[in-house]
Amino acid sequence: MSAPNPRRAFFAAAGAGVAGLGFTAIAPGLHLMAVGEANAAARPAGTAASPAIRWGLLIDATKCAPGCTKCIDACHEENGVSEQLPDPRQNSQWIRKIELVDRRNGRVTTLPMMCQHCAKPPCVDVCPTGASMKRADGIVLVDRHTCIGCRYCMMACPYKARSFVHTNLTEQSPETPRGKGCVESCTLCVHRVDKGQQPACVEKCPEGAMTFGDLNDPVSAISKRIAAANTTQVLSDLKLDLGVRYQGI
Amino acid sequence: MKLLRILATLLFAAIAVSPAPTLAGEGGRTPKPVVTIENPGKCAAPAEEMRRNHMEMLKHQRDRTLRAGIRGEPASLNACIECHASKKTGSVLGDGQAFCQGCHEYASVKLDCFECHQPKAKFKAAGLKP
Repeated sequence: MSAPNPRRAFFAAAGAGVAGLGFTAIAPGLHLMAVGEANAAARPAGTAASPAIRWGLLIDATKCAPGCTKCIDACHEENGVSEQLPDPRQNSQWIRKIELVDRRNGRVTTLPMMCQHCAKPPCVDVCPTGASMKRADGIVLVDRHTCIGCRYCMMACPYKARSFVHTNLTEQSPETPRGKGCVESCTLCVHRVDKGQQPACVEKCPEGAMTFGDLNDPVSAISKRIAAANTTQVLSDLKLDLGVRYQGI
Repeated sequence: MKLLRILATLLFAAIAVSPAPTLAGEGGRTPKPVVTIENPGKCAAPAEEMRRNHMEMLKHQRDRTLRAGIRGEPASLNACIECHASKKTGSVLGDGQAFCQGCHEYASVKLDCFECHQPKAKFKAAGLKP
């Protein structure tokens, strides 16, 4: 089939609607078209995250500027990460910039690295209390109500994406509760995603290097880009089916 | 024996009729918590139910919101804080008159929500400055 069939898109959206919104909300067409878009409308109050959606992120490393930390700053501001400990290695790190240097010619590639939101997350496998969890729409989170701070997930994560909070906190954002003795990592700005917004890093990237959207929706911007360009899952040999993909590395 | 039964019935009735301990001491010897309620009458449930069950409501809501992703529920800690934060301090903690701390101190129940949650209403986190 050459052009995408609008009826097929409609049925795909209707399917997402059945899972995500329930039968009552299917009637108005406007709702159906909004489901599954990269900038989806806010999920209505009282409805659960839909397994029909798989949130993902595509990061174009060719656009990522060396030395720029706008995504990290945006993440810290959005999630209230402000503590600075005497040993900076103990500071929380939800995103970090990684620099790759080609030794032969000195070519530098930088990229932001964070929780890759695996479909088969090792952190969830190893968690002894069930605090490390994956939401129905693919976002991997820590339930701090049950986290005992054992840091087993930090050992299991191949991407070193998780941090442990070492100190008492008072400057938390109301939307992002966090505190001493728990492990934390990128939440894909779950509080913003549920409101129909994009993660803070995606919104604040001055180069437009990050695309956020539904990997399950073939007409979303992120799916179209992944279908068109060669993208990489970091450490793809682990077969964890990552939600975060990179281009140009 | 009959007398004992009547006494027991009377005692039971007295317990059933007597008000909850937090309301005791209307002009009596038992001190009451002095809690300022900033926006009375706008709560998610009647005061009696909130006093008894707010911890259960929040516990079930937190699991639904975090694990299932259900937002906009009537019971939510942030909604409690937005409405009940003191107009003076902007917080539900701080002193014996603060909404959460006042009552929890009085009842001697540990309040550990705010080791992670932000106790101030309309708080804007600054984040690490570059």
